[in-house]
Amino acid sequence: MSLTVDIALTHVRSRARQTLVAVAGVATGVGFSIMMASLMVGSQNDFMRQLIDALPHIAVSDEQREPQRQPAELAFGAVRIYGLTPERRREGIKNPMAIMAALSAWVPGAIAPSTKTQAILRYAGRDFAASVTGIDPHRERYVSALPTQMRQGTLASLFTAGNAIILGDRLAEKMGARIGSNITVQTGEGAHIGAQVVGLFHSGVRQVDESTAYVLVKTAQILAQQTGLINELRVRVRDPLAARDIAQRIERETGYKSIAWQEAHEDLLSSFVVRNVVMYTVVGAILLVASFGTYNIISTITHEKARDIAILKSLGLNERTVRRIFVLEALIIGLAGALAGFLLGYLLCVALGTIEINNPFMDANRLPLVYDPLHYAIAGLVALVSSFAAGYAPARKAARVHPVDIIRGAT
Amino acid sequence: MNASAGNSLIEARGVIRILPGIVPVTLVHDIDLTIGNNEFVAITGPSGSGKSSLLYLLGLLDMPTAGEVLIRGRATTDMEEDERAMTRLATLGFVFQFHFLLPEFTALENVMLPMRALGALPPVAMRERAAMLLESFGLTDHIGKRPDQMSGGQRQRVAVARSLANDPPVVLADEPTGSLDSQSSEQVFRILRDLVEVRSKSVVAVTHDLDLAARMDRRMQLIDGGIVDGAQMAGASRAAPV
Ligand SMILES: Nc1ncnc2c1ncn2[C@@H]1O[C@H](COP(=O)(O)OP(=O)(O)O)[C@@H](O)[C@H]1O
Ligand SMILES: [Mg+2]
Repeated sequence: MSLTVDIALTHVRSRARQTLVAVAGVATGVGFSIMMASLMVGSQNDFMRQLIDALPHIAVSDEQREPQRQPAELAFGAVRIYGLTPERRREGIKNPMAIMAALSAWVPGAIAPSTKTQAILRYAGRDFAASVTGIDPHRERYVSALPTQMRQGTLASLFTAGNAIILGDRLAEKMGARIGSNITVQTGEGAHIGAQVVGLFHSGVRQVDESTAYVLVKTAQILAQQTGLINELRVRVRDPLAARDIAQRIERETGYKSIAWQEAHEDLLSSFVVRNVVMYTVVGAILLVASFGTYNIISTITHEKARDIAILKSLGLNERTVRRIFVLEALIIGLAGALAGFLLGYLLCVALGTIEINNPFMDANRLPLVYDPLHYAIAGLVALVSSFAAGYAPARKAARVHPVDIIRGAT
Repeated sequence: MNASAGNSLIEARGVIRILPGIVPVTLVHDIDLTIGNNEFVAITGPSGSGKSSLLYLLGLLDMPTAGEVLIRGRATTDMEEDERAMTRLATLGFVFQFHFLLPEFTALENVMLPMRALGALPPVAMRERAAMLLESFGLTDHIGKRPDQMSGGQRQRVAVARSLANDPPVVLADEPTGSLDSQSSEQVFRILRDLVEVRSKSVVAVTHDLDLAARMDRRMQLIDGGIVDGAQMAGASRAAPV
């Protein structure tokens, strides 16, 4: 063992209580940082997963981002028209099958058509507004989590009755409808059909569960009173994070507005940024406070050991070596604190993971935690860096001492 | 002061050391001396006359305000701090008035310190040499003890052993027997004398014990920071020009 390590360890060991307090400080900082990161990232991931599952990754709708350019605008550069009321166009995506075929050639993922309408559901004399979406059960299971969200019945149940409908579980509860109930569906377009409830789903997002129903595409087209209408293509891509780029390309190629889930949830995603800034600030502050403990013990040791430092320097140890001794002591505390903190952080996460929570807005009744080695690495690294910083100043001061100044004083 | 520069171990030329401050204090002034090979030199003088200060300058622990200290003919004031440290490690052994051992280390570890700092020997050889030095000073039973488990005389002998760790040609000792009873004092003195007579080293020892000084080869007396000529030593003390 080298001389510096030997002396550093001896100093640290001979002050067991102080060392322990400093190590405990760093460990608490590291442990709680890990726990906090685990919780924050865990809940964020959980939330993102729900977001990603609740909506299609990319929704291609029959809208355009800007109103059609008017002849006057095309003819004269100086003309701009605001607040244009567009001509009523025939709704729906033109040639949906051709577009789907073209997209499936390059989009990494699956595409399914759907027909969205707004309708009034009537049961037992009461009316409920709902958004009724026509889906293709064969394709739907590749683009949404709906099949896994079915509580009763399956998507295929839509084929079992003439006009079958699947309701959100909260909607069904509000209406008092059950599997087999016959309800009436009316739309603003004047359609009026009877439908049988064949399934219930639960997405976990209250608003969706309270006001959404699924039917077959052809049923939805009847409700919209337009044969062949497809007004939304839903895309599920393999890598949700690439959705934004893919959406842009789809929009370029088809001319239809296509919205990636990131864009649909822009406000939520930007609130994550704020959350993360808050988290890192708090974690940084915790570790900073912990490093004060390290600074404290290192400067105490350098004061108590002024005489030893003078002896070492008078023997011929140079400034660099003496400085290294005390920086090393700080690093030993930082390292011990980090390792103890890893254990503490892990145990805190395990303990938090056992707590049950009943939250009406969430399905999960356990806290969502992630165990990411990166959190440990970052917290450990920050602990070591701040220990180094905390030890460096007193170490430098100690190393600069002229041995005679102390020896003269001692004599 | 007639030794040729060729075989001088330590040489001081016009060395002055003034502590700066609101009232500057002159510790030593106009020091010219040479320590040659295999000499046993006593530095005597009343308390506060600058003996320790002079020894720190000769041992490169302190830097002169003016003048030059040469080690083996080489000027030391313009050396880098690292080179001065190396010179000290390899050439000079220092024994302080108070033992100045590291309290958390055993006798053996304390003696090994300068060897490890110099790093010239493999670890096993360091251990052997440290044990051998301690044994030669009658400390065989105390090798594994820490300073607080030993008597004053034993500690001072460990300190002498430590000063010899890197086998330096010269040992500087500041009142090595000052805090010891007469028996321990005699023991340490004999060890120092053996360094000169048996191991052919040079020893410069500060002492206020004139009997001990009389048993050394050469004596220098300091009064008010200046060396008094040998001829005048008998009685006259001239006022030092401060
Ligand atoms: N830090 C200091 N500040 C002011 N004066 C000092 C200091 N250290 C020593 N002195 C003075 O310098 C003189 C020489 O001290 P020192 O070399 O220790 O003498 P000695 O070892 O001969 O007793 C003394 O007069 C002492 O008072
Ligand atoms: Mg003195």
